[in-house]
Amino acid sequence: MLTKRIIPCLDVRNRKVTKGVRFQGNVDLGDPIEMAVAYSDGGCDELVFYDITASAEHRPIDIEMVRAVARVVHIPFAVGGGIRDLGDMRRALLAGAEKVSVNSLAVHNPQIIADGARVFGSQCIVLGMDPVWVGVSESFPSGYEVTTRGFRERTGMDALQWAKRAEALGVGEIVVNSVDADGTRAGFELNLTRLISTQVHIPVVASGGAGTPQHLVDVFQQGKADAAIVASMIHTGEYTIARIKAELARAGVPVRRKW
Amino acid sequence: MVAIIDYRAGNLTSVRLALEHLGVACAITQDPARILAAERVIFPGDGAAAEAMRNLRELALLDTLRTAVDRSTPFLGICLGTQVIFDYSEEDGGTPCAGLMPGTVRRFQPADPLCKIPQMGWNTMALKRPHPLFEGIEDESEFYFIHSYYPAPADPAHVMGETEYAEARFASAVGRGSLFATQFHPERSGRIGLRLLRNFTRWDGTC
Repeated sequence: MLTKRIIPCLDVRNRKVTKGVRFQGNVDLGDPIEMAVAYSDGGCDELVFYDITASAEHRPIDIEMVRAVARVVHIPFAVGGGIRDLGDMRRALLAGAEKVSVNSLAVHNPQIIADGARVFGSQCIVLGMDPVWVGVSESFPSGYEVTTRGFRERTGMDALQWAKRAEALGVGEIVVNSVDADGTRAGFELNLTRLISTQVHIPVVASGGAGTPQHLVDVFQQGKADAAIVASMIHTGEYTIARIKAELARAGVPVRRKW
Repeated sequence: MVAIIDYRAGNLTSVRLALEHLGVACAITQDPARILAAERVIFPGDGAAAEAMRNLRELALLDTLRTAVDRSTPFLGICLGTQVIFDYSEEDGGTPCAGLMPGTVRRFQPADPLCKIPQMGWNTMALKRPHPLFEGIEDESEFYFIHSYYPAPADPAHVMGETEYAEARFASAVGRGSLFATQFHPERSGRIGLRLLRNFTRWDGTC
């Protein structure tokens, strides 16, 4: 049976993994390469790296870091942040990333999804989106509005409509990162996850809010996610991937148990 | 030396890095002479069948593949590389393929509307028969898959491993003589995938 994926998220700033709450108050946690190896050896199913300052600093993603990760990690990993065009996508994929993630870039230029999918294949192109609850209205039938740049910029776009449009453009997977839940460790936003996952036909990765193994059980069983992102709960050492997976298995969620 | 065949079908970096990690000399190449001089051949690929076949024709590699297989060179297909060795794929409105393995490639067609296509992620493989490439690999080990179509060999004797997805039980590993091919990505399947690759780099092509 296809298993549910657990994906540690490594937000990288100045070659250090960092973590904030609702995109603010970041503290450094460690070396991204060492952490990637530890999580891969510890049984994570995939990894995602965000170069969180690349966009603001108007520079491309740190390709040397991508290369260094690819040399030591032999499971799939995605990279995002600082992907500005097809050339940046190509460099990241050739450096060894399995997938590239676009977020603000796709909001401002949706054609990049179609172009990336055509040139590199849909399986390489991930859409990241940061929806926030704004209440159901005529403009936002799902009740969620897409934001960019760490909640600093509203887009006027409905989250579900954007997900469906991105699917039609050829994106291979969607990471739904709840702005309301990000970094709170109070649980995923199940409603948002389920809303999107049951209405698109491509895998949906839930992000934002993981604090306990039960939160992951809930996001798979109730939120219908195909994969889930974990960060603080493992970065602090409070939980291991193995323990999370043992609890998921106990609850009847299929997970990879041998690595 | 292991030749990794470059036919403009996706990213070959992870295959190269996995072999380098194993300390095995390899080269990414489109050159028929280099491919036929290699001790072993890996035929990877991501993307769609019709374009893959078009590229193989343009690069004059179809005969090269057949010659390598006829000479019993240990040959490993991966993902799209595995699909195009069959006779025919349902992809792109129907695509005649390389015909190195009898059978067809079919699209997942689950009745359940909530079943996601492509299959993306880790799934188990049931080992159907012993093979040198399975040495040290347990039954029901998990591998990384990303695909919307699956191999359906004409001869059940060619099915080496099976996996279930989207209401189908399909051949996730196939083998015939010196030819072995996986629908999953061993180069992205962690320690167990590396074990399969290492087995390949030591395999003499006999069973």
